Amino acid sequence: MRGVTDWLHGQLRNVAPFATLLVLVSFFWAASDSFATLGNLENILTQISVTGIIAVGLTFVILCAEIDLSVASIANATGIVVAYFTAQDASVTIANVPLPGWAAILIALAACFALGAVNAFGLTRIGIPSFIMTLAMLQIAAGICALLVRGQIAYAVPPLIGTLGSRSLGPVPWIVIVAALFLLVGHVVLTYTRFGRYVYMTGGNREAAEYSGVNVRAILSAVMIISAVCSGVAGMLGVAYFGSAQQNEFDTYLLDSISAVVVGGTSLFGGQGGIGNTIIGLFVLGVLNNGLDHINIDSFLKILIRGLILLVALVINVYAQRMRTVQEG
Amino acid sequence: MTPPLLELSGITKAFGGVSALLAVDFSLTPGEIHGLVGENGAGKSTLMKIIAGVHPDYQGEMRLNGRHARFASPREARAAGIGMVHQELSAVRDLSVAENVHLGTQPVNRLGLIAWRAMRNGAAEHLQSLGIDVDPRTDMGALPLGMQQLVELARVLFSGARIIILDEPTSALSPPEVERLFALLRRLREAGRSIVFISHFLDDVLAICDRVTVFRNGQAVATEPCGAVDKRWVIDRMIGAGHEGLEESYLSEIPLHSRPDATVVLELDGLTRAGAYRDVSLCVREGEVLGIYGFLGSGQLELARTLFGRLPAERGRIALDGRTMRLSSTSRARRAGMAFLPESRRMMLFAAEPVFKNVTIAILDRIHRLWLRPGVERGIAERQVERLRIRPPRVGRLLGTLSGGNQQKVALAKWLTHLPRVLVLSEPTRGMDVAAKDDVVQIVRGLREQGIGIVVVSTEPETVLSLADRILVMKKGSVVREFADEPVSKDRLLAAA
Repeated sequence: MRGVTDWLHGQLRNVAPFATLLVLVSFFWAASDSFATLGNLENILTQISVTGIIAVGLTFVILCAEIDLSVASIANATGIVVAYFTAQDASVTIANVPLPGWAAILIALAACFALGAVNAFGLTRIGIPSFIMTLAMLQIAAGICALLVRGQIAYAVPPLIGTLGSRSLGPVPWIVIVAALFLLVGHVVLTYTRFGRYVYMTGGNREAAEYSGVNVRAILSAVMIISAVCSGVAGMLGVAYFGSAQQNEFDTYLLDSISAVVVGGTSLFGGQGGIGNTIIGLFVLGVLNNGLDHINIDSFLKILIRGLILLVALVINVYAQRMRTVQEG
Repeated sequence: MTPPLLELSGITKAFGGVSALLAVDFSLTPGEIHGLVGENGAGKSTLMKIIAGVHPDYQGEMRLNGRHARFASPREARAAGIGMVHQELSAVRDLSVAENVHLGTQPVNRLGLIAWRAMRNGAAEHLQSLGIDVDPRTDMGALPLGMQQLVELARVLFSGARIIILDEPTSALSPPEVERLFALLRRLREAGRSIVFISHFLDDVLAICDRVTVFRNGQAVATEPCGAVDKRWVIDRMIGAGHEGLEESYLSEIPLHSRPDATVVLELDGLTRAGAYRDVSLCVREGEVLGIYGFLGSGQLELARTLFGRLPAERGRIALDGRTMRLSSTSRARRAGMAFLPESRRMMLFAAEPVFKNVTIAILDRIHRLWLRPGVERGIAERQVERLRIRPPRVGRLLGTLSGGNQQKVALAKWLTHLPRVLVLSEPTRGMDVAAKDDVVQIVRGLREQGIGIVVVSTEPETVLSLADRILVMKKGSVVREFADEPVSKDRLLAAA
């Protein structure tokens, strides 16, 4: 019996988010007729896709016990860059530079890669804590958005982005497929590659990784760049999904993506958790957001409820960490 | 003789059944500098912690100014005028000198806000009266260590201490800094303050102290005026020579066998890093264990870090197999063929990960390309676990659930599958029980047979004596003595350091 209790304690960070998800699904299932339908499942999946792609990169960062606050801004900037290099309708008065679709996509990818590289440089070479470095990057990327669109709205994106962001393959939206692919690849990289192991070890005990001859700087640089590129892809597809590229349209995604990773149970102290946890976290947030719409609740109360859920997740996160420490003690 | 200011009699203190102090008598007169010497664990620190109120439960009697005293907390001791300057300075590096001097006693104005000007002026005056030449506005962290120590001493004095306990005050100081400290101590002595001077550096103790008390195995074995004794006398008391309680281990001589013909693997030439070590030149040969011994703060621990690319040297050359290397990062050092085991387990192990991941972390790039192959990894870990007799022998166990000695073996195991050219071990047997120590000695001997160069750095004479073929002694950042092809004992090592 003691064994089972110990095991449950050790697994708290994995069990708690899953239990939360089950409770939420059962509750909304019971409370609303329209919740548990195939159509609504598709809704939920689509709604969490953009967050999901961002959260993949963020999972790498948080596993290393770092944080990236610039994800939403970089997403926004990358989405705007790809629109900026696409021919827009005559009514859009942006001094944009129309290029072939593939070129626009490459430039946008290069842009988010470069922004991630700046984060990486600040963190690993200059030694700015990631919290501050990416806070500055949040502003920088927002500034890039502002300069490019100058308060206007662009609509056109390259055809490939348009398809992936707003079309479906049979009944399944492309954006869901892309998100699933990102999550899958993220999981495979973290679990089955050497690089993934280094990420976990660096997060688990950075000093020990350093003293084992792991190139910690390189690992941290890589995760910051991975995070920025995931955000960039999410930004391009998001622009297609929303049907417009404008300033501040990704603002809610910062909190959502961090919430998804943390609610899923990945440790803020690094080294514990993974993409599996992030998937659960995404569903918890997705079901909650979507479900609250189905039970006819005051939309202002929704915000409060989300905040409370995040708080509970944080408590569990810290508590699970303490459990581990006690067990190891 | 003047009546003692502080008098302890029959002090006995035990930790969990093990007695740390046994019927110790100790006295301190006004205006006296009293040296306290003895090996690690001899009881010096425990006695001082009793005086400073850190250990309130002890047997025996303490009298301050002739009145019975018993401190329940460091606070009570401070209030009674007892101040302590620890070896690891407790100064707040981000605050200014003035703030540090006033720590806990900041002057406030009528609004309850800190009176900055009064504080600066007060600190300036106080420092000046002590002859400490420093701008009170400077950040503490920006000062050299020696100056930080003086400021810390000033803080203790400022809070009104009559009795000042200094723990290893000279270990990190350069000779001119030591002189400055001594000048200040002499002034304090003239002003009637009493000072307890704990140190491993016997020369320093004999130079500044009025009396010296020698500790051995929890007992104060002798107290004499410093003018009447010499270093030899002190060492004899420390190790128990000339008494029936002579301890074999101190004098027993261990023959060293260097291998002057073997190929040189690692060569250091004029390696210097300010504040850590200077002008260190040495070589390590194939199949040789080089021991580097010195007191804490002698620079050997920093030197070990430099060899693994963690703490770059400012000047000098490091050559591995004859080729000059730039050890600018640990990953570079590892790829060049260096390996390192730091002195603290926390610095090298992943407690929340299974044993096998701990064993393979340093060689992942040799056993896997892109993809991990868990079977291969577990196989490697199982072989090491069997070879080093790690208990329990299950590679899937979380490392944090193993005992300390077994954790240490896991740490060692990670360098054993693909042998490095040079393995640097920092305090490899610290905190281990006898059996585990023996195991480590066996492992190191086995590695030596395989022809790698091994460097063992330690602050414990026993560690280097049990492992090394050749021993260098470091003192305040420099190599001061080499023992090769001659019998060496703990006694001689202590005398050299």
